Amino acid sequence: MSAAHEAVFPAEAAPARAEANWRRVWREFAESRIALAALAGVILVVLAAVLAPLLAPQNPYDLRQLDILGNLLAPGAKSSAGYTHWLGTDDQGRDMLSGILYGLRISLGVGVASGVIALAAGMAIGLFAAYAGGRVDAFVMRIVDVQLSFPAVLVALILLAVLGRGAEKIVLALVIVQWAYYARTVRASALVELNKEYVAAARCLAFGPARILFRHVLPNCLPPLLVVGTIQTAHAIALEATLSYLGIGMPLTEPSLGRLIANGYQYMLSGKYWISVFPGVALLLAIASINLVGDQLRDILNPRLRR
Amino acid sequence: MTVFVIRRLMQSILVLFAMSAIVFFGVYVVGDPVEILVSHEADEAERARVAAALGLDRPVWVQYFAFLENALGGDLGKSFVFGIPAIQLILQRMPATFELVIVSFVIAVGLGIPLGMYAGYRPNSAGAKTIMAGSILGFSLPTFWVGLMLIMIFAVEMQILPAGGRGPVGSFLGMQSSLFSWTGLGHLFLPALNLALFKLALVIRLARAGMRETLLLDYVKYARAKGLAMRRIVFVHVLKNIMIPIVTVLGLELGSQIAFSVVTETVFAWPGMGKLIIESIDKLDRPVIVAYLLVIVVIFVLINLVVDVLYSVLDPRVRLAARA
Repeated sequence: MSAAHEAVFPAEAAPARAEANWRRVWREFAESRIALAALAGVILVVLAAVLAPLLAPQNPYDLRQLDILGNLLAPGAKSSAGYTHWLGTDDQGRDMLSGILYGLRISLGVGVASGVIALAAGMAIGLFAAYAGGRVDAFVMRIVDVQLSFPAVLVALILLAVLGRGAEKIVLALVIVQWAYYARTVRASALVELNKEYVAAARCLAFGPARILFRHVLPNCLPPLLVVGTIQTAHAIALEATLSYLGIGMPLTEPSLGRLIANGYQYMLSGKYWISVFPGVALLLAIASINLVGDQLRDILNPRLRR
Repeated sequence: MTVFVIRRLMQSILVLFAMSAIVFFGVYVVGDPVEILVSHEADEAERARVAAALGLDRPVWVQYFAFLENALGGDLGKSFVFGIPAIQLILQRMPATFELVIVSFVIAVGLGIPLGMYAGYRPNSAGAKTIMAGSILGFSLPTFWVGLMLIMIFAVEMQILPAGGRGPVGSFLGMQSSLFSWTGLGHLFLPALNLALFKLALVIRLARAGMRETLLLDYVKYARAKGLAMRRIVFVHVLKNIMIPIVTVLGLELGSQIAFSVVTETVFAWPGMGKLIIESIDKLDRPVIVAYLLVIVVIFVLINLVVDVLYSVLDPRVRLAARA
């Protein structure tokens, strides 16, 4: 069987082609300076989130480090301990820069975790639907349609109303909101791929469905999935921030960026802008750069726009 | 066509039943409304009395069937908090939300289609790049944050527009709306703009993508070869075809706009349905949550139906496919 396999799929040809493809994608990606800047932004945001405990001058969760007398300090003001709060402090004397770095960590963590789980679930369901075809496919896609016809924010709102609060619950809600996008994307490309000759060849070689789907079909469905994945992750981060802002997302003990912004709202009306504005800028930087990267990827990978 | 509409209606009713069950049972698990409504000093008898008054002492499925029976008669239960019928509470708040949604739609479509078409027509011009950068911002900026920034700029710093609330409503032909009074319009402007931004970005993208893909098609080349003015090709032939995806998406988005108003209404303290649902979730006011969701589902189902019908009017290919 292995000899027949070698004859149909020459071993060294496939990886070389794949490598050339990735190189082409990178070259076209780098053509846009905005996209490169966005990629740098994504890397910066991820590094800031990962390294938050090292970068932050203060641990915002450690109450002993908070100086309640130094609350609501303007950006650049010095605290009584002689430390300069570059982005000011909030109502509890928490250093905003530290709060933002830790908040970013939570926001990104929730966004990426829900994105990865939704991707895995949606991918498996989409591939299964495409492979099964017929009634199973129609049924699964009907659920996807119904799910997608309801706006994400509403579905998440209801789920959180039902589930209660907490990080794992918000991840679950985001996964339920997002899986359908992935399922639909994978199914659409898988249906095209399943009709190609290489799948027929693989079937003739009596490969099992799992091997055909995951080894042969899935790699060819990855480009659109990559685009959807990037953009959905940005959506997830924005959605989490929105839910936290509305007071039904992350609990107060683990303030994500959305919660920080909500905290600053009452002070904003009296001119103390920094508590809301700076976390918002961080959130914006994260979402915008992820979106821009996804956008450029879509332009490159969409065959209809190929020059 | 009739068969198509009837089949869609049947599906819609099924969706409605499924949703009502999911929502009802889901919300039942949330918590105990008696805890919230009864004071802490109340004894067991008092609690049982309140539970019985609210119908909470019966098994869930009995409650559900009672609810379903009443729902079919238009009665979705009484608000635990306000003591008036939930549906009435929602209907009272509905005009404020609709007003907001409609004005935001007008802003999104009125600005989005021309901007997007321009960006698609001259994709490499500086104007197009600015428009697209703006639309990416519109997508990226979370609605609530933009709302806060609008309040900060226009209400706190410049002090030219109010920071929130609906303001006085004017009366015109028996309809009460902020649209009919100047102060009301002032109150309406910021929230409507805030709500419109996301849709505006979406319309710009759809119009641009449609323009770019349509301009490459053979019929455009043919029309140009025939000697038609570019103006006519773009505004008559291309516009008609790019309207198909835009109408579909916008129609579907009308529902999501109503849902999204939850965020805008909370930011701007706008007394609509969205603010009501957030307050109800906070207070575990179950009948209102369930009624709100059912109202939203009905709105969605109706919108989907209308969009499908419109779609087949706009695109003859759909009609042919449905007949075949």
